[in-house]
Amino acid sequence: MSKKDVDQHTGTETTGHEWDGIKELNTPLPRWWLGIFYACIVWAVGYWVLMPAWPLVHGYTHGLLNHSQRDAVTAAVQQLKDARAAKEHELDHATLEQIQANPDLLQFALAEGKAAFGDNCAPCHGSGAQGGHGYPNLNDDVWLWGGKLEDIQHTITVGVRSTAPDTRQSQMPSFGRDNILKPEQIDDLTEYVVHLSGRAADAKAVARATKLFADNCAACHGPAGKGNRQFGAPNLTDNEWLYGPTREDIHDQIWYGRGGVMPTWGGRLSPETIKSLAVYVHSLGGGE
Amino acid sequence: MSIHAVITRREAPTMAAQGVERSDAEASNSAANRKFYKSRVPIYPKMVHGTFRRIKWVVMAITLGIYYLTPWIRWDRGASAPNQAVLVDLAHERFYFFFIEIWPQEVYYITGLLILSAVSLFLATALFGRLWCGYTCPQTVWTDLFIYVENLIEGDRSARIRLAAEPWSAQKVVKRVSKHAIWLVIALATGGAWVFYFTDAPALAHGLLTGSASPVIYAAIGVLTFTTYSLGGLMREQVCTYMCPWPRIQGAMTDRDALSVTYRVDRGEKRGPHKKGQPWEGRGHCIDCNQCVAACPMGIDIRDGLQLECINCGLCIDACDEVMGKIDLPKGLIAYDTDANVQRRLRGEKARFRFVRPRTVLYTVVLVVVGAVMLLGLATRKTIDLDVLRDRNPNFVTLADGAVRNAYTLKVMNRADRARNFWLSLEGIKPRIVDVIGLGNVTLPTKISVEADKVRTLRVLVTVAPRDLKPGSSEIEFTASDHRETRRVEAVFVSGAAP
Repeated sequence: MSKKDVDQHTGTETTGHEWDGIKELNTPLPRWWLGIFYACIVWAVGYWVLMPAWPLVHGYTHGLLNHSQRDAVTAAVQQLKDARAAKEHELDHATLEQIQANPDLLQFALAEGKAAFGDNCAPCHGSGAQGGHGYPNLNDDVWLWGGKLEDIQHTITVGVRSTAPDTRQSQMPSFGRDNILKPEQIDDLTEYVVHLSGRAADAKAVARATKLFADNCAACHGPAGKGNRQFGAPNLTDNEWLYGPTREDIHDQIWYGRGGVMPTWGGRLSPETIKSLAVYVHSLGGGE
Repeated sequence: MSIHAVITRREAPTMAAQGVERSDAEASNSAANRKFYKSRVPIYPKMVHGTFRRIKWVVMAITLGIYYLTPWIRWDRGASAPNQAVLVDLAHERFYFFFIEIWPQEVYYITGLLILSAVSLFLATALFGRLWCGYTCPQTVWTDLFIYVENLIEGDRSARIRLAAEPWSAQKVVKRVSKHAIWLVIALATGGAWVFYFTDAPALAHGLLTGSASPVIYAAIGVLTFTTYSLGGLMREQVCTYMCPWPRIQGAMTDRDALSVTYRVDRGEKRGPHKKGQPWEGRGHCIDCNQCVAACPMGIDIRDGLQLECINCGLCIDACDEVMGKIDLPKGLIAYDTDANVQRRLRGEKARFRFVRPRTVLYTVVLVVVGAVMLLGLATRKTIDLDVLRDRNPNFVTLADGAVRNAYTLKVMNRADRARNFWLSLEGIKPRIVDVIGLGNVTLPTKISVEADKVRTLRVLVTVAPRDLKPGSSEIEFTASDHRETRRVEAVFVSGAAP
C-alpha cells in the first residue's frame, strides 16, 4: 500500500479491506501477546524434540529425554516402599501384641491398616467398618469367628467360605427352601428365636419349637442359642442381628440359611499388611 | 482567557522565570490527552532535593532494612522451638513473632493484626492522606530504588529522554544492560530475602550458597525476582493506577479535611511565565515551570487537583519549593494541605486544620478497642488446648448387651516449651468403660503426658450401659487440665434411640 488510509472517526489506520463501505480497522495484536505466542511456538518445537509427543502407527515418539509418566509413578512407588522398608521389616518381625505395645509401631500399623481397609475391606464392611445387612459390623463386641488379634488376623488371611483350603467354613442349612422343615415349623422356630433374644413371643409356638431347636439348631448355635465361634455360629440371645432383628428377617434366615463370603487375603496382601489390618480392626473398639 | 492558553507550547520560553528552567513535561493523565485505549506514556521522573526526598530516603533505608534484616534476628525459645525471631514455619504449622507463638488454631490473632493494620491505614489516611502509598508501600519503595538506579546509570530526566530517543549504540547498550542487570540483582535479593521468613535463615543461606536448597525455594525466589523486576522496574506507576485497589478505597477514606499534597490554587493562579522585575500583583505565584510534573514519579500534574494517580509522595513539593526559593517567593505553593483550607482561603477565610473529626475519633476508638482485645488475648493466652472430634462413621455402635459406644478423637495441645501432664476427665454422662486406644481402659480423670510444643492425638471410646442411656443425644464435656489451666470442650454422646 502506498498511502495509509486512516479512519476519520477513530483515527485508526484501516487494513484497506472494505465491505459495503465498511472498512476494517487495523488494530494489531499487542506486542506482548505476539511475543508470548511466538515463545509458545518455540517451546512447542523444543517439547516435540525432548518429550513424548507424536503418535505413530506403532507406539509414539519418545523424545530425547525418554520421559515416561508410568516410569515416574513406578519410581515414586518404589521410593515410598524403600522409605517404609525399615518399619515394614519391624512389623514383619513383631508379634501382634508387640505391635500394640510399641506406640511408634502401633501408629504406623494403624495408618497402614486404615489405608488397606479403605482399599480392600470398605466395599463390604463400609468405610467406618460399620457393616450392613449381611456384612458384620467390626466396631461392636460381637464376633462370629473371634475378636482377639490372632482371630482377626486368621479370618483376614483365610477368609470365610472362601477358596482357601483352610478357610473358615460353616453353612447353615436352608431349612425352608430345601424342605428340611415344614413352613409352620419354621414359623414356630422364628417365635423361639425371638423368645431367645428376650423379646415377647407366642408361648405355644415356643413350646412347640423347643424340640425342633434342640434337634436342628443346637448343634451349632448351642442348646441355649449362645452361638459357637468354632463354627462361626452367631449368638441368638443378644441384640446384634447380621440379617436383621424382625420376625420376617429371622424367618427368612431360617428358610434360606444365608451365609456371606469373605475372600481370602492371604495370597493377595502381604503378611505385614494383614497384621496392620488386624491391629486396625482390633482398635476400632470391639477387639478382645 | 488565561495566559497559559495564550502562549502555546511551541512559543513558550525555555525559562519560566529568572533562573528557573521551564520543563516541557506533560501530565501523563491530562484530561486533554485522555483516550480510551492508550499505550503507556513513559515517565522520566526528575531527581529532586528537599525535605520530602530526604524523608523518603530515610523511610526507604528503614523499610528495606527491616525487610532484609528481620529474618536474621535470633530469639531464644529453648530447645523445643526454632530461635528465629520472625518465622512462618509452614512445615511445622507455627508462626513465631518474637515473644508470640501462634498455632494454626489461633489464626484469629492474624485476623486481629490485619484488622489493626487496616484501621491504622484508615486513620493515617484520614489524618495525613496516602502516607502508606507515598512512603512505605513496597511498590513505592522498590520503584523509588529502581528509579534511583536508573538515574545513577542513565543520568537525570533529560539525559534519559535523550537516551531513549537515541538510536542503538554501544554506549546505549552498555547503559541499558547495566541498568537491567542491577535491577535484576536487587530483584533477586528481594526474592531471596523473602524465603528466609519461612525457614531457618542461616541454614537456608548455606543451602542456597551450596545449591542444596529445595527446588520450591528456588522457584519462589525466581517468581519473586520476576515480580519485583517487572513491578518495580518495568510497570512502576501502572501498578498503582491500574492494579492496586487502594486508590479506589482511598476515595472513601479521605474527606475535605484530610491532608494531601495540594496545589494551592488560591495562591498559584493565574499561572504563567514570569520575567524578572515584573510585578507579582494581579497574577498567581505559579510560573508554569512544570518542575512539579517533571519530578512526579506518577507522571501527573498536581495542579489538576486531587487525583486517583497521586500517591502523595511529596516530591512535587520539593521541586516547587526549590523553584520558589530561586524566585524569592515563600515556599509551599504546593504543600500538604486540605481541600477545605484551599476553599477557605479562596473565600478569604483563615486556614485551619481539623485533625479531630468524627471519623478520626471513630478510627482511633476502633484501633484502641481492637488493640486492647488483642493484648488481652495474648496476655491470657492458654498454653493448653483441646479439640474433640466425634466419630460420625459409624455415628454410634450398639454392643451385644444393648450398651452404646461413641468414639472421639481428642487432640490435646501443649503450647508450653516443656513436657507436661494433663488430667483428662469427662462430665455429663456416666460411662461404663472409657477406653483410650494405646492406653487401655482408664479411670477418669486420667493422666496424659504431652511433649513440649506438641499435639497428642487420642482415640477415646466411651461406652454407656443400657440403664444409663438417655434417648437422643446427651451434652457432655471433656476437660483437660494441669491444675493451673483448664480447657473445657463440649461434645455430644449419641445413644441411637429416638428422643
